[in-house]
Amino acid sequence: MKRVLGFVALGLLFMFEGIPMAFAAEAVVETGGTNQPDLAGLGAAVGLGLAALGGGIGMGLAVNGAVNSIARNPGLYGRIFMNMMIGLALIEGLVIYTLVIALVKLF
Amino acid sequence: MTEPLLYFQILGLEQYPHLTYTWVVMIILLVMTFLIRRNIEMVPKGIQNLVELILIQLVQMVDDYIGPGGRRFIPLIATLAFFIFVANIIGLFPGCLSPTANINTNVAMALVVFLLYQFVGYQQHGTKYFKTFFGPVWWLTPLMLPIEILSHLARPVTLSLRLFGNIRGEELVILVLGTMFFLLPLPMMLFGIFTSILQTFVFVMLATVYLSLAVEEPH
Repeated sequence: MKRVLGFVALGLLFMFEGIPMAFAAEAVVETGGTNQPDLAGLGAAVGLGLAALGGGIGMGLAVNGAVNSIARNPGLYGRIFMNMMIGLALIEGLVIYTLVIALVKLF
Repeated sequence: MTEPLLYFQILGLEQYPHLTYTWVVMIILLVMTFLIRRNIEMVPKGIQNLVELILIQLVQMVDDYIGPGGRRFIPLIATLAFFIFVANIIGLFPGCLSPTANINTNVAMALVVFLLYQFVGYQQHGTKYFKTFFGPVWWLTPLMLPIEILSHLARPVTLSLRLFGNIRGEELVILVLGTMFFLLPLPMMLFGIFTSILQTFVFVMLATVYLSLAVEEPH
């Protein structure tokens, strides 16, 4: 019972992290109101979309290979899963580089 | 961008929260080490068990990739692993900030790994280490040299940017979701725990692979 209460208290502590952000964010939502098109935002969105496209295809191929090899040899599940995770993290890195450039241009 | 409400602020250093939180991570790691070392046992239990589990995996990885003579790099690899893990996780606590969410921390660690493996390669092979940049045969040099230099320079860049992008992106998504509804960041924080662990493993594994490439005997 004490353990459940401990978890509930921890969960409540994490839940209320969002509240001060919600109050502080009201100052941020004001927009510039100019009549120039937001090309930086457009570039960021299109670039990220293309990066997600390539990354999604690449990751799909990686998981395809991993799942096929697990089906062939279910005993090697641990090692194959670990290699698949490493491969996914490296492919995801390419998408993250695009995200970094988008963040630099947006802020 | 909203200014987060942080718990640990040192007067005069409010501009550099990543520095303050690096010190917080260092204090956490030192306290953990002190607690383990105070009553260390042959049959580990508790936190010594957890730390030994992680350390055994790291030692096995270094032995697999670098082979004999890799034991001297284990302090660096283990320090990087524990520091990056705690630094990533601490950003998920309310009122705290990840030092790895700032580009400076990551560039520092990536530069340490880069300079170390270049130096270790020179120490092991002498000047012949730089002859490997010229490619296998002499007439391929104008093609191989720019490619080799570029790929070597890309390593610290990608190491730092991968970690920075992951942790900063996760923090930004939590921020944006939190402003919409205060319960929304929870699934993202769960995913954030997973990517924190994965990113520290990828960083440490890539550092080990770069060291092994510098130390290996030329084929």
